[in-house]
Amino acid sequence: MAKTGTVDQPGAAYTFDSQEKPVRRHTFAVIVDNEPGVLARVIGLFSGRGYNIESLTVSTVTEDATVSRINIVTTGTEMVIEQIKAQLQRLVPVHNVHDLTLEGPHVEKELALVKVKAKDHNRRESLRIADVYHAQVADTTLESFVFLIHGSTEKVDSFIELMDALGETEVARSGVVAISRGAEITPV
Amino acid sequence: MDTTEMTGAAMVIKALADQGVDVVFGYPGGAVLPIYDELFKQNRIRHILVRHEQGAVHAAEGYARSTGKPGVVLVTSGPGATNAVTGLTDALMDSIPIVCLTGQVPTHLIGNDAFQECDTTGITRPCTKHNYLVKDVNRLARTLHEAFYVATTGRPGPVVVDIPKDVQFGSGTYAAPEGKQKHKTYQPQVKPDRERIDAAVDMLLSAKRPIVYAGGGVVNAGPAASQLLTEFVRMTNFPCTLTLMGLGAFPAREPQYLGMLGMHGTYEANWAMHDCDVMLCIGARFDDRITGKLDAFAPESRKIHIDIDPSSINKNVAVDLPIVGDCGYALEDLIKVMRARHKKPDEEALADWWRRIDEWRAKKCLSFETNDAVIKPQQAIRRLYEMTRDRGDDVYITTEVGQHQMWAAQHFGFQKPNRWMTSGGLGTMGYGLPAAVGVQLGHPDALVVDIAGEASILMNIQELSTAVQYRLPVKVFILNNKYMGMVRQWQELLHGGRYSESYSEALPDFVKLAEAYGLKGLRATKPDELDGLIEEMLAHDGPVMCDVAVDPTENCFPMIPSGAAHNDMLLAPVAEGEEAIGAEGKMLV
Ligand SMILES: Cc1ncc(C[n+]2csc(CCOP(=O)(O)OP(=O)(O)O)c2C)c(N)n1
Ligand SMILES: [Mg+2]
Repeated sequence: MAKTGTVDQPGAAYTFDSQEKPVRRHTFAVIVDNEPGVLARVIGLFSGRGYNIESLTVSTVTEDATVSRINIVTTGTEMVIEQIKAQLQRLVPVHNVHDLTLEGPHVEKELALVKVKAKDHNRRESLRIADVYHAQVADTTLESFVFLIHGSTEKVDSFIELMDALGETEVARSGVVAISRGAEITPV
Repeated sequence: MDTTEMTGAAMVIKALADQGVDVVFGYPGGAVLPIYDELFKQNRIRHILVRHEQGAVHAAEGYARSTGKPGVVLVTSGPGATNAVTGLTDALMDSIPIVCLTGQVPTHLIGNDAFQECDTTGITRPCTKHNYLVKDVNRLARTLHEAFYVATTGRPGPVVVDIPKDVQFGSGTYAAPEGKQKHKTYQPQVKPDRERIDAAVDMLLSAKRPIVYAGGGVVNAGPAASQLLTEFVRMTNFPCTLTLMGLGAFPAREPQYLGMLGMHGTYEANWAMHDCDVMLCIGARFDDRITGKLDAFAPESRKIHIDIDPSSINKNVAVDLPIVGDCGYALEDLIKVMRARHKKPDEEALADWWRRIDEWRAKKCLSFETNDAVIKPQQAIRRLYEMTRDRGDDVYITTEVGQHQMWAAQHFGFQKPNRWMTSGGLGTMGYGLPAAVGVQLGHPDALVVDIAGEASILMNIQELSTAVQYRLPVKVFILNNKYMGMVRQWQELLHGGRYSESYSEALPDFVKLAEAYGLKGLRATKPDELDGLIEEMLAHDGPVMCDVAVDPTENCFPMIPSGAAHNDMLLAPVAEGEEAIGAEGKMLV
């Protein structure tokens, strides 16, 4: 036979790796020049290459506002996570990229404003739960509260879930900010 | 620091001159008129007027790939910039250093949907290595210098500098390049880690079935890197295969050369890749056209990967030993460390390995049968190669995209880097002619041939005008099979021979077309006319377009069908000593 091959994916120009590999959640701190378009570069990289973004926050972190820190929570296989780091590092305005999940223990916090519309018993209950979660009252009317809560993503999630059970809610979340534990300062 | 007051447009010209630019490929328009006005007033920089902005970028690519210098492009805003996008993407995929200057509407109009406004930095962000919008004339010079630095350092690529018209008119201070400036954030690692080189040598010396798999990164690292690769392979006697992008990085005439690998690579190269136990990948990126089915790719091998771009490592294929660095430095270190060792590669195992490779070679997978009735496309390329071989290194080949491109890669032997310019990563039909224009500008006295298909050539045919205007003696060598042959081949193999829209209906008369543009036109339809045509083409000292009628049914083999492993490749039937299979037989695959 001249033809030894078989085409098991007729019509497909590409082959797909069928093996499922475990997916992990990683938190990155990306130090970048605070210049126009830098956030678009980072976001475009994620969407263009099909990486996940679970959360993304950005703010300048130096007094002269020339440097920003982008916190990204993403998920992927080990190979994808390594790729994400390498791809981010390749962007010209990126100073450095820290995979906080790999680099060691770190603190991860989120902040949320949760508006809950509730009356009577549910209104009192929402205050009690807020107390348990150390959430502060940021605004109130006779039929609503706005709570400010901060903590781990799980804590914020569960607080919102409870509030949801008590009344109609509206939520504004900051997304994750993260920093390494210990005395060492990450250079910018 | 040398600083002077001048307009932004004047700064552009001065910065280009200070960067050593001698040629710019461009096309004027409203948003770049101040720069064109400055161009008019000087004669240091030569402007080449292309006929389409895509052509400008491909020409700049051809120039860059054949000279090793960055290619420079100048286009207007809006449609000028969007027309350049295909070229920029092509340059990004193939890692070609390009600086592309685009005009932009005045800053106060940006965002207003002004005439010929487009979001150039937004559109080109994913298809450039980096881009800039310069809003302050006092930052223009430094940005331009930085653009050259970014385009040419590390893994090269295209960089866009978008310059609003008011910035071109505005006046500011010019800053000269600061010599070897250190960029504050972009500093790619060029020197490899020494311990990793040691580990690589250990691995290579323990190999029983080694292979060197090298790519365009070696070409990009400069001619010295190719020289070092040659030295390394000769010294070790390891078999060496090259990617489409790497052709010429190792001389095709050397006994260790196995030919190109991958989808249309040779039988011996792909089998040796599949069966190797240690793979040294240098400046290549495990592209899907190379690896085929990933989980069947070189299953028993340990892999070393040398690349200047860390994101190329462990992207498609997990490797055992990643080495980040410039291919030239890495090869230099490898050779040094190897020499210093007393141990030699296992000669007995290597001799066994070569015996197996010779068996694969004996298949003669690239052989083809000729006849008196019709020119075989492979035959046309072989003859072109044989009849230009005595010109030595002074032959430069560009291609379009399709079967003719693969046949050119298989049958034209390259002994030196920078002689082969093809669109590898993006596979852009219409690349070859403008690229040939760029190559010829970089090498005025060399023979430059665009090996083309009749479909591809029509995609940037207008660049014949450019060749004529600047008296560039490029030769366009069309393998006219009246089909989008590569599309037809896939339809034959994968879609039951339903040739949906792949027949090149209503083709122009290419000889008349050549003459209409002011070139010499030649035609060959029978095998006995082929040599005469090539002779005439070579003898003419102006541009020529040749229409070579070739067998419309010929397919490009060997071929690894997508989804298959390297050892699962299809061979041309003649290699098996069979009759040429008919149309129905081919459908059975
Ligand atoms: C711009 C562009 N459009 C479409 C394709 C898809 N394509 C790849 S090869 C090919 C046919 C090329 O035909 P021709 O130039 O005649 O070359 P042949 O394969 O016949 O040698 C096409 C349409 C492409 N590579 N580039
Ligand atoms: Mg064709």
